[in-house]
Amino acid sequence: MSARQVAEQVLDPELPVLTLADLGVLRDVREDDGRVTVTITPTYSGCPAMDEMRADLVDQLTAAGYADVEVRTVLHPAWTTDWISEDGLRKLADHGIAPPQRIGPRAVGPVPLNLEPPSRRVPCPRCGSARTTELSRFGSTACKALRRCEDCREPFEQIKEL
Amino acid sequence: MDNAYDGLTDAGEEKHWAFGTGFTAALAGVGRDIPAVDRDSLTAYCLMLGDDALVYSQRLAEWCSRAPELEEDVALANIALDLLGQARLLLSRAAEVEDAGRDEDALAYLRDERQFRNVRLVELDCGPGPGGDFGTTIARLLVFSTWRLAVFQRLVGSADPVLAAVAAKGVKELAYHRDHAAQWVLRLAGGTEYSRERIVAGLDKVWAFTEELFATHPIEAELDGVAVDPAAARAEFDQVIDTVLSAAGLERPRTTQVAALAGQAGRDGIHTEAMGYLLAELQHIARSMPGAVW
Repeated sequence: MSARQVAEQVLDPELPVLTLADLGVLRDVREDDGRVTVTITPTYSGCPAMDEMRADLVDQLTAAGYADVEVRTVLHPAWTTDWISEDGLRKLADHGIAPPQRIGPRAVGPVPLNLEPPSRRVPCPRCGSARTTELSRFGSTACKALRRCEDCREPFEQIKEL
Repeated sequence: MDNAYDGLTDAGEEKHWAFGTGFTAALAGVGRDIPAVDRDSLTAYCLMLGDDALVYSQRLAEWCSRAPELEEDVALANIALDLLGQARLLLSRAAEVEDAGRDEDALAYLRDERQFRNVRLVELDCGPGPGGDFGTTIARLLVFSTWRLAVFQRLVGSADPVLAAVAAKGVKELAYHRDHAAQWVLRLAGGTEYSRERIVAGLDKVWAFTEELFATHPIEAELDGVAVDPAAARAEFDQVIDTVLSAAGLERPRTTQVAALAGQAGRDGIHTEAMGYLLAELQHIARSMPGAVW
């Protein structure tokens, strides 16, 4: 396997249904004279899983026969949920996590203040009902909100648009 | 993997971040040029923005398990984590620009009160301990996140590539923090007479520290093109705060401002009484057991 193929299969430590490639944090893989340089970017500034990602990338590339591996971090451009692959969105929904909507580039000008709960409908990933409500904008990790389905009554997590 | 936690609990491996020390430096592998400005001034500016985030994240984390509802424990802890992430990047950048052998940990744990450059707003003790108050906590979150978001939107254009990148990322996080605070202000103001009294009193209390947020520091003036002059963020701050207060049916506080001391305040290391207690808690393990790992 190429170094890129190995790196693309490494799983995200906090959302192990997704690969780092699905999540969009794997930005680049280069092979040069036997040296592999992998570039990743954090989802949120405080993401505590960056060290784990680096270690997993080095371990799995080493196990695949790449002895000289460097993992670099880039901060720019900032990660967005728009970088989650189509495959990634589907895997999230399959595992009961509501995927984010595509948001596109942010409009220029001041960031608008939002005084209302989000108006968009987030369908329940278990039963498909559109009748769901937000319980909390902040969930078990920085990237998730907590919602509840009013029909099947199950709580579920949603990846917030960022 | 059947259980997401299995991967965190293998024995005998040192790399597991969930259990303690051994974090790689926050800027590991980040490409970064340093702009041609005075190094001491740029170090100080990174400390200003980093200390605001570090000290405030410590205050927010104090609420974990003590908030009025479980969801709020999680929300405030998440906001604290975002700010801690910003603090690590900014303190690491300060250490790198300073180039004196200190790292982010040395800057966080081994500086004394007079060397911290955070604004005084973030160090105030708003609870959850004695005298603490959730209304004041929400009022501070509104003021702080509105101010920092307005400053960070301008910092995105900084000539320092690391500051610009930290800001671009921070803007997205701070927008969530600000919305969260604003929605709580509406909820408290529109709740009971008592909840309304509490948010009004909270806004009165934190408002006394708002002028300091917009006072241009000589270092900010000197670092033209790299630093943001906070005075330029004032109009946006006022507009957002007025929108929230008007939606909540509240008036802007007219509290007397807490003055600087001989022209100096938080940015110069002049803090309030609360700061020493906060640092004692933040730093005591690192200082009692230098170099400890677990």
